[in-house]
Amino acid sequence: MYAYDELDRTLINERVSEFRDQVKRRLSGELTEDEFKMLRLQNGVYLQLHAYMFRVAIPYGTLSSKQLRALAHVARRYDRGYGHFTTRQNIQYNWIKLAELPDALADLAEVGIHAMQTSGNNTRNVTSDQWAGVAPGEIEDPRIWSELLRQYTTLHPEFSFLPRKFKFAITASEHDRAAIKIHDIGLRLIKNADGETGFEVLVGGGLGRTPFIGKTIKPFVHGRDLLSYVEAILRVYNQYGRRDNIYKARIKILVHELGIEKFAREVEEEWKQMGDGALTLDHAAIEEVRSRFSYPAYEKLPHMPDELKQAAHDPLFERWRKNSVFPHKVQGYSIVTLSLKPVGGPPGDATADQMDAIADLADKYSFGEIRVGHEQNLALPHVAKRDLPVLWKALDRIGVATPNVNLVTDIIACPGLDYCSLANTRSIPIAQELTRRFADHDTANLIGRLHINISGCINACGHHHVGHIGILGVEKNGEEFYQITIGGRADENAQMGTLIGPAVPYAEVADVIEDIVEAYLALRDRPEELFVDTVKRLGVEPFRERVYATR
Amino acid sequence: MPLVKQGRIATDIFVHVADGAELPDDGAILIPAARFLENPEALSRRAGKLGVIWPNNRDLDDLVPHLGRLAVVALVFPSFRDGRAYSQARLLRERHGYAGELRATGQVLRDQFVFMLRAGFDAFEVKKDADADAFAETVKRYSVFYQPTGDGRVTALNRRMQLRHSESAGQ
Repeated sequence: MYAYDELDRTLINERVSEFRDQVKRRLSGELTEDEFKMLRLQNGVYLQLHAYMFRVAIPYGTLSSKQLRALAHVARRYDRGYGHFTTRQNIQYNWIKLAELPDALADLAEVGIHAMQTSGNNTRNVTSDQWAGVAPGEIEDPRIWSELLRQYTTLHPEFSFLPRKFKFAITASEHDRAAIKIHDIGLRLIKNADGETGFEVLVGGGLGRTPFIGKTIKPFVHGRDLLSYVEAILRVYNQYGRRDNIYKARIKILVHELGIEKFAREVEEEWKQMGDGALTLDHAAIEEVRSRFSYPAYEKLPHMPDELKQAAHDPLFERWRKNSVFPHKVQGYSIVTLSLKPVGGPPGDATADQMDAIADLADKYSFGEIRVGHEQNLALPHVAKRDLPVLWKALDRIGVATPNVNLVTDIIACPGLDYCSLANTRSIPIAQELTRRFADHDTANLIGRLHINISGCINACGHHHVGHIGILGVEKNGEEFYQITIGGRADENAQMGTLIGPAVPYAEVADVIEDIVEAYLALRDRPEELFVDTVKRLGVEPFRERVYATR
Repeated sequence: MPLVKQGRIATDIFVHVADGAELPDDGAILIPAARFLENPEALSRRAGKLGVIWPNNRDLDDLVPHLGRLAVVALVFPSFRDGRAYSQARLLRERHGYAGELRATGQVLRDQFVFMLRAGFDAFEVKKDADADAFAETVKRYSVFYQPTGDGRVTALNRRMQLRHSESAGQ
């Protein structure tokens, strides 16, 4: 956990006062809605279909129990008793009142949480692997660098009015859980031949209406140069990114129009001119940030404690353990994923009561720490294996032990037309229906790993392009239709899915998905061949034939 | 439109001269970039201070050789959402060593003041009177800064390291 010091606390309190003043000036009419819009967006406040939506940052997906309780408090005190975890390690509240927002922010500031730059055309919340610091085989904890980037990007005087939003993601594991290839800047932490820490830097990834996989702009940037290199990229983008068309303003378009080689040369030239300046991080600076992170005092525990052996007789426990419990880098400990995808529920929602209960369980079983992943689930990152059986019962009681992690019902979905003013179609009811269709655990388990991602419009907040099955809502003559793609993925082998056939109406989506899954079960080579691998081996055609033959 | 300099409302001695308008014989003038570049030498010989209004989409390379002749560089915010002039400001101050007046013009509103100061602006043609009146108060909003820019404010990281150093020195 990173612990705020007096300076961090002062800054967010100053931001709260500034925003309070901005809200006051809006309410008094001193600021026009056009002027205020940009200011509220810089602080995570959108105007949605029914009310203001408030997005709070959870930098690199790490929360303390105290912070989670504060998020619960905001849900209860200022909203309708729940919050929605997003694909970018944020939480959203959907029913907030403008006049109460400054108070909600002040309450969050007390525990070191803010909403700075969670929307607007600026550098957004820096996201990372939700297993950072605990994943076996990780090169080093990427959160040190995430925090350096968080500070660097917070209220940046040069880059707070970029052509468009700008997102960073960072990973230090071979398996990419942070989806770095679909970010404006993706950072893969690596070591050079001398054992020094640096980054492969990717640029220009992103979804939306013109999706691109990020391209490597520089295979190795030394850690000390990370901030200056990022500044060079941002400066080139700030000056040359398109501002004439909102749909062509992301850095991915600039990279695409110039070509990665020319863009890389522009950045290199800018970077060389910056030289070794104030942004160069010396050892002491990096260690200063590292020293503010605390780590649990792990016990020396057996790999297979008696409690676990005994619990193994309970098939329900075993089912959950095999699905939701993952290896930890320290012997005797596990990472536990908490599914926020109950059958029939909206993906990623948690009630205030659930959040409080999870905070208590984190205190008891996970050194007070909680993680938030881009798949819209939570995790307890340091659970002693001996505690797994008792933790499971507690999680089950509050409804976050559905054993469907990474399975067909672990669906990523945007809020869609139920909340969002941009959406063309509903997303949540599609997800809910699919969780009911595949509610039988044995069936879901037989199908194996399968990510379904749903977006209610072309802006792609549900990351439909990179779902193994992607569902995109489009409007046709006033009716909701859905385009379906297969074969996408968001990991280290990220790629966009391929359209399987004509869009289908709302009522048929679940049937089509069932048909696709049935086709997969018939086509797969062997049970271990994942859906996405079968699509890769065979292409879309055999799926198209089977699904559309009778339609 | 009030001008704020040195933190307070000041009289603007510079006359904005539009393209095609006649140049006054003397007195301080601010002229558009294209007109300036037509004959920078002649303009420099003129009695009275010279300033140039530089658009946010024009390369600074054309301006840099002339910085020594200029009393004012005015950068433009055609909309408060358009942040290109922040980069231009930092480059002029931090890379090209420009030490004259750096003026923000266009859609200059209260909530940009701190960013502008940090980027190197020291004069502001403020759109609204109320914002100009609130300048001194507004720029005190922040006391902690994460990024190093050329404005000399100590970053949070440096303050922490200084603190650490003095703590360990005192032990």
